This record gives sequence, structure tokens and C-alpha cells, in this order.
Amino acid sequence: MVEITDLYKKFGKNDVLNGINLSIKEGGIFAVLGPNGSGKTTIIKTILGMVIPDKGSIKVFDTNIKNNSDYRHKIDYLPQIANFPSNLKVNELIKMIKDLRGKTDADQNLIETFKLEPFLNKKLGTLSGGTKQKVNIVLTFMFNSPIIILDEPTTGLDPISLIRLKELIQKEKAKGKTILITSHIMSFVEEVADNIVFILEGKIYFKGSIEELKAKTKQQDFEHAIANILIENHA
Amino acid sequence: MLKILKYSFFDLMRSSWSYVYFAFYLLLGIVLLFLNNDLSKAVITLMNVIIVLVPLIGTIFGVMYYYNSKEFTELLLAQPLKRSSIFLGQYLGVAISLSMSLILGLGLPFIAYGLFKSNAIWDFSLLLIVGIFLTFIFSALAFNIALSNENKIKGFGYAILLWLFLAIIYDGLFLMSLILFEDYPLDKVSLIGTMLNPIDLSRTLILLKLDISALLGYTGAVFKQFFGTSFGLIVSFLALTLWVGLPVLRIIYKSKKKDF
Repeated sequence: MVEITDLYKKFGKNDVLNGINLSIKEGGIFAVLGPNGSGKTTIIKTILGMVIPDKGSIKVFDTNIKNNSDYRHKIDYLPQIANFPSNLKVNELIKMIKDLRGKTDADQNLIETFKLEPFLNKKLGTLSGGTKQKVNIVLTFMFNSPIIILDEPTTGLDPISLIRLKELIQKEKAKGKTILITSHIMSFVEEVADNIVFILEGKIYFKGSIEELKAKTKQQDFEHAIANILIENHA
Repeated sequence: MLKILKYSFFDLMRSSWSYVYFAFYLLLGIVLLFLNNDLSKAVITLMNVIIVLVPLIGTIFGVMYYYNSKEFTELLLAQPLKRSSIFLGQYLGVAISLSMSLILGLGLPFIAYGLFKSNAIWDFSLLLIVGIFLTFIFSALAFNIALSNENKIKGFGYAILLWLFLAIIYDGLFLMSLILFEDYPLDKVSLIGTMLNPIDLSRTLILLKLDISALLGYTGAVFKQFFGTSFGLIVSFLALTLWVGLPVLRIIYKSKKKDF
């Protein structure tokens, strides 16, 4: 599904990725974890082709993504910070993305789920952070792509929307999709993720299920297990 | 690419800046016609304004649009779109909407004044064509600068410097080198020097078309001999096209390597 081989990336003098090898199989929810600045977003952006790696290759559905853009039809991406052109209205943005990516009817459902009807005619610049994130979620989930990448999906959401988001993620998982999530909210990760990948200083430190991680670190709960890794490697 | 172009174009058409630019040219056209009371004279005055102002506005607008639409660009980059079509679409959106403001803003008052019945129509069309070329050239250069500089302030600074260099400093250096080497035959050198700067090239093209080359002395005669012929005209337009083409190629090349 997604094959990352020997991936290196430097930003200036800053080594962000130091030889990442990662293979993500079809179906299920993968959480990419790591402290701030460990390279989570960079990995995601290299998969999307937004960051060009210095070395290494990435294959999505067995096609090398280098100088390719068609493969992104198979990926839905929720960016970390919802940056939208501020002078567009919500429904104009939805229409524009549909025009660029293809037809879909799922947006109506999603707009209802997240109660966005009152905002459809408002400009994106005037929306609050949480509402922007909801628009972001609608844009991401309205296409039925086999891979979904969510970068900090919970940012700014109120409890009801958070529950709806979790339901949505489970629904997509039930369809057999592959979902890649990064988050700092450990309870959220523990609740939804099947497998986790822990990144430390641009390398994969751990890959496996949450149970395996608890066993490896000899900790009872997930949050402490993660904290344990961090303390052992930084203290 | 056409879809991106469409969205960029409509985005710009809705922004008040396009209207300010349009209104400025409208006013300029009306005032010049009113003051000069003569189409051909108005064309000459207009040339002096266009040659300096169009590059400035193209540069500033290009840089501003690039930095302002960063969010839009990032949104597009995650979509199944080629990078080259994203950036070329945005560039063409800027260049075309600026050219539209120029054509409409200047065209309307001149047409109202009776442009189609006068002999000045060819000079005026040449002026507009040169203006469009300058818009495309300088917005492409601005995109290049913005693509290479993450820092907005730096980007703006370089863009203004570039304009200052090509519009003013280049002429000064050029003139000084002519004075320094006045003992040598300089007609070919000055011809090449003119070709290398799109602003000078545009100015020379229009001046010679307006038949005031007699003011330019011997060099003017050499220029007239060159630019006045269809060969010279073709070479000049080729040079202007090259000035558009090379920066556009660099936009494509640079955008492929950039991280977002």
C-alpha cells in the first residue's frame, strides 16, 4: 500500500528524517507518534509529495510517487493547520475542490453531521479555528479514497464533533480503508489506532501494536509507555 | 492548469486591487487625452508612464499574490494536480488579470476619443502589446523571486531592487559605459545592451515606431535601421518572448524542487 524505503530529508542543517523504512499494509488505522519536531509531519508531507526527499523512495500502490501527481487521487489529506484562502466562502471552497478532484455527493451528509449549514455562506477568514477544522474534515472525507491521512485531526474540535469524528474514522475503517493519523492526544490514539509507529529524531523507534509497546516498556497504560520512551531517550 | 488559472483569475478579479489598477489607467487615459487634446501626443506621454509603471505593478502584484495565496497553494498541492500546472496557473492568472486592467483601462478612454478613426491606432496597439509583454515578464520575474525566498520582506526587497535596476540603474550604467568607451564604435554594443533589458527594448521599440528617432542622432539612425525593419521588429519581439519564456521555465523548474 505505502512503501517507504530509506528516506532522508534535511532542512538546511537540520536532519529531519534519517533513513526511514516503513511499510503500511492495507486496511486499519496507523498512528504516527513522536515528540515535537521528530519528523511526523515531514513523513506525511513526503508521502503527499509536498516535501521532496533528499534520498529514498516512496511507493503508493506500487507506483513510485516521484514526479507523479495522479496517485493523490487515492489519498485524502487533512492538513495540520487549516489554512484556507480567506476571501472564499465555505460552499465556494467545497465546490472548487470538487471541481478539481471530481464529483461526490458525500459532502451534504458531512455538512449535516458537523452542523455546518449556517456557515456555508460565510467567508473562511471569519470562521473560528474549530469551525475551520470542521470544514477541513468535510473536505477530507467527502472523497472516497482508499488512503486517508489525518494530521492532528482533533485540533480545536468540541466534544460532540470529536465523537462524530471518531465515528467517522471507524466507519471509514470498516470500509477497509487505510488511515494514517498523527496526534499528541494519547487517549485519542489509544482509542482509535490499531498499530502505532513511534518516531524519534527522524528514525523509527518502535512499530507495532499498543499492547506490544506496553510489554516492551513494561508500563501499564499507553500514556506512560510513551512517556517512558521519551524519558529514556532524552533524560 | 486551466482550472487553477480560472480560480486565480476570478479570485483576482474580485479583489479590489484589480479595480484600483483599472481605475488608475482609466483616469490616466482620460487626463492625458484631456490635457494633450491629441491622440499621438497622448500616446507618447503614455509610453513614458507605461514603461516604468507596468513593470513596477507587475513585480509588486506578482510577489504579493504569491505570498498571499500561500494557503491556496498548499491546499492545491495535496490535490492530484501537477506542480507546474498549479504555479503556471497562478502566474497566468496574475498576468492575464493585470493585462486586462491595462487594456480596458487605457482602451476605453482612447476608443471613446475616436481611436479607431485616427492614425494613432497602430502606435497605440504597439503600446498595449508592449505593456502586456512587460506585465508577463515582470510578473514571471516576481514569481521567481517569491519562489526562491520564503521570507516575505526579503522577497519584496529583491523584487523592488530588480525593478529599480532594470528601470533606472541599468540605464545609468549603460550610459556611463557608453561615455567611457566613446572612442570605440558602439552601435552594435548599444544595440545588444538595449536588447538585454526588456524595459529599454520596449522603450526603443515604441520611440522608433513613433518616428522621433531623429532626436537620437547617429545611434538613432543605427537603431532605426535595425528596429525599423521587419527583421528588427521580429528580433525584438523574439527577445521579449525570451524574457517571458526563460523566467517561466525557471518557475516550472523551481516549483518541482521546492518543499512546502
